[in-house]
Parts: sequence; C-alpha cells; structure tokens
Amino acid sequence: MDYMLIYRETAEEVGQRDDPERAPAYWGAWHAYMGSIAAAGIMKAGAGLEPPRAATTVRLQGGQRQVQDGPYADTREHLGGFVILDVASLDEALEWAARAPCAARGSVEVRPVLPPPAR
Amino acid sequence: MRGPRQCRGAAGAAATGPVTDAAHRAAERAARESYGRLVAWLAYRWRDLAAAEDALSDAFASALRHWPRTGVPDSPEAWLMAAAQRQLLQVARHRRVEDDPRNTAVLEPDRWAPDLPAGLPDERLKLMFVCAHPALPAAVHAPLMLQAVLGLEARHIASAFLVSPAAMAQRLVRAKARIREAGLRFEVPEGAELAPRLSAVLESLYGAYSIGSHTALQGPDVAQGLLISELTGEALYLTRLVVSLQPDSAEANGLLALMLYCEARRPAQFNAAGQFVPLADQDPLCWRRDLIDEAEATLRAASGLRQPGHFQLEAAIQSAHCQRAFTGHTPWRAVAALYQALVEHFPSTGAHIGHAVALAETGQVQAGWDRLEALSADAVARHQPYWVARAHLGRRLGRHDEAALALDRAIGLTEDPRVRAHLLRARAGA
Repeated sequence: MDYMLIYRETAEEVGQRDDPERAPAYWGAWHAYMGSIAAAGIMKAGAGLEPPRAATTVRLQGGQRQVQDGPYADTREHLGGFVILDVASLDEALEWAARAPCAARGSVEVRPVLPPPAR
Repeated sequence: MRGPRQCRGAAGAAATGPVTDAAHRAAERAARESYGRLVAWLAYRWRDLAAAEDALSDAFASALRHWPRTGVPDSPEAWLMAAAQRQLLQVARHRRVEDDPRNTAVLEPDRWAPDLPAGLPDERLKLMFVCAHPALPAAVHAPLMLQAVLGLEARHIASAFLVSPAAMAQRLVRAKARIREAGLRFEVPEGAELAPRLSAVLESLYGAYSIGSHTALQGPDVAQGLLISELTGEALYLTRLVVSLQPDSAEANGLLALMLYCEARRPAQFNAAGQFVPLADQDPLCWRRDLIDEAEATLRAASGLRQPGHFQLEAAIQSAHCQRAFTGHTPWRAVAALYQALVEHFPSTGAHIGHAVALAETGQVQAGWDRLEALSADAVARHQPYWVARAHLGRRLGRHDEAALALDRAIGLTEDPRVRAHLLRARAGA
C-alpha cells in the first residue's frame, strides 16, 4: 500500500533553518529520519521544500490572473515536504509519521495514494 | 455513548443546581469506582460485552436524567445495575420478537437478577481473560481491556496505540462481536490452561504500560501527552488488580514489581530543563525510594512462589539497576548474568541488546558487539534501542564510522523529541 506522508511545520520550526545555532540539529534530525526510511527500503518518492516565503501562488479569479508571493493560505502550519512510502498497512505508515521531527510541534498527515486509473 | 468518561463530560455541561451537582457527583463516583465491576458482572451474566457496555452507558445517561429529580439512590451501583439489566432485557425481548433462537436463550430467568447481591462479585478478572483470549488478535487484547474494564474511549485508546480512531473502533467492535458469536467463556481458566492465558493478560498489560512510559509528548499537544502517561497509571492499576485477584501468580507479582521499578526511576528520566537523562546518568537520589521498597517486597513475594518467569527476571534486572541507589554502583556482572538467563529462556531482541550492553559494561565490549552483530537485520531494522546500543559499543571499540551511522539510524527512529534532542547532542559532541 502506498501512503503519502505530508509534513507540516510551524513558522518557528522552519525558522530553525536560518538560525546558525539550531540549524545543525534541525537538519540532523531530518537527515537521520529520511535516512532511516531509506534504510528500511520503503521510500518510493519524496522531497523537502524551500520555506513558504519562497512560494508563488497563482489563481484565476473571474477569469483574471492573480499571482501572489508566498503560500496560498495564512495557516499556522505549512507544507515542509512529503514522502510516498510503500508499507504493509496504515499502522506502519503512522509509525513513520510519529517519528517525523515535525510531529511534535507541527503535524503529519497520512493519506493513501490513489491507484493509477484503469485503462 | 460509552463509558464513564463521557458521563463526566456530560456532567460539566448539565450541572446547574445543588441537586444536579449531587447527582453528577454520585454518577461520577459510581463511574470511577464501579464501571469495570459493573461491566464485568453484566458481561459475565449476559455473555455479551458490547451489549453490557451499551446498557451501562444508557444507565449512566438515564441516571443523569433521573437523579436530579428523584434524588441520588442509596446504592447508586444497584440502581445503575438494575437500569442496565432492564435495558439488556428489553434488547433481548426485541431480539426474541425477531425470532432468533440464539437470543431467546438469554431470557432464562436466572439471568435476570433485579436485586443485587450484597457485595457485587468481582468478575473483572474473568473479563480480562476474555479480552486477552487466544481467539482474539493479540493486538486488540490491551485496547479491549482498557475499554471494557476502565471505560476508556476508542479514540483515546487509538491515539495511545498509534492507530487510526476509525480502525481502532472497528477492531474493538469486531472483537466484541467475536466474543459473542464464538461464545468465548467468561471464566478464570484452570489447570494447565491458566499459565498461558494469564501470560497473555500480563503481556497486554505490559504492552499498555510500555506505550505509556516510552511515549511522552510535549509541545502543543500537552493534553494528549497527559492522556498517554495516564495509560501507565491505568496499566499499573489493572496489574495491581490482577495481583489482588490472583495473588499466587508469581508472574503477576513479577510484572507488578517490574512496573514499580520503572515508575520509581521515572522522576529522574528528565531533568529540570526537560532534557532526557539516560539511566547511567540519572541521579539515584531522584528515584522514588517508596516505590523501590514496594517493588523489592513484591519481587520477594514473587520469588517465594517458586515459579520463575520472564517478568520476574526482567524485574530482577531492574532491581539490580536500582542497587546503585544504595551502593553507588551498578552490579554489571549480576545484570549480565540475569540477561544471560533471559536470553536463554525467553529470547527477544530487547533481551539480546540488554545482554550485549551489560557484557560491554563488564569489560567484554567485543563480546557485546559480536552479539549485536549476530542479530538479524530484519529484527533490528526499526528497533531504536539496537542502534543506540550499536552506536555506544561501536564508539568504545573505536569503530567510529559504524558508530556514527548507527547513531543516525537511532535518531531517525526516535519518536520522543526529548530523546531525539539528547541523541543529537551526543552526535554533536562525538
């Protein structure tokens, strides 16, 4: 079963990337976590993202293009990255979700991946 | 609607006058003290756990409607029991109308006991044996016990066991249906059957306890963290219950001692700044001596019964660790010897790791490393303590690259942010 783990971080967490004192622990935790997933041989895809301020959001409203700097919504948590895991069950996907460094202050959403459309 | 916890929630919403308050307090008290006993007794009499829980839930709701008007009855438990019995009878009658011969059997007059016996017989142990029945999947044993005996809600149990709430609710419903359909007996097994069945009960209690003690959350989800740590208290409560109802079981005593040793050291696990402190660095002055004393007495009682077992050995290992509070040092040779016995008689990945670390502490670091190397890759792929031990022993042997890789695996497999921070500090210092 393929599940996507959607990592959401608070602004405070993402801010650690820019803090020279805390950045090593921040990256160390994420690299170790991703390394453990890779070592378990279950990673199908995944990527981390640049911070929300690097985003550009596009919308068509009433036929008018609206291009905005920054992410779509002003929420407490922002998408920080994702992985797609091939695991035996939702229970196993939840175990990996709980280990994510952002699980304590942000959140991890776990969703089954749609099977490819039948031809 | 299920269980006393929701009654407590309802109590807050509806309490208005002094009579209502008294009614709610009485309902809460009955819920806290008697929920498990009432469910156990009803389930035992009616051979149907789900129906017993539903009927008791309705009885609590009805009590909160009636007691503010009629006053709190002299015996709230008897009132609740009678209301639940009426409800069960009504359901059974309704089923009889549907003409299912299987259900008419429950209408035998002896099942209907409107007057409570003076002291309600304690059937909770029978209920626990049903919850940990071999015909039910092992993963549902502990959740079922927590719900049936303590009235915990499925969504809270789901969070503690890291399962989706919908899936947990479904597993609990299925398990209860299986109890009814397979006609699992509400009884304390006898003879040769007792030991393995009791061991299933104890294993699931220990499983619930471990979840509570190893998962400690912080941050915005404080309520969740409190709830999970409550799980250790509830597992401890149920273990004490098993010991009081089955005092001649050495392993039940052994498990209780094991939990008490762990509880005794808990205050030292995190320092004032909230940082994780590994066992070796803990200050024994922070350990709770009262709990160590109780654990020692319980373990002595267990060994007096002359039925050695896995929980007694584990408790003896923790007892050895606690010796540091009295002598100032850990008797590592004794710890290694106890792990050796554990590995021989009750092998598990955890026992092998403990043995390897204890050997290293007695100076046999290479022998400890070899034992870690001998474990199968599958068994340790997701086992955080293995990678912590491997990093520790690797460093002592000067295998720095392997130790660094192992430490990274350990960090990646850690759930508790405080433990992760501790390992990250160790990595920065290495």
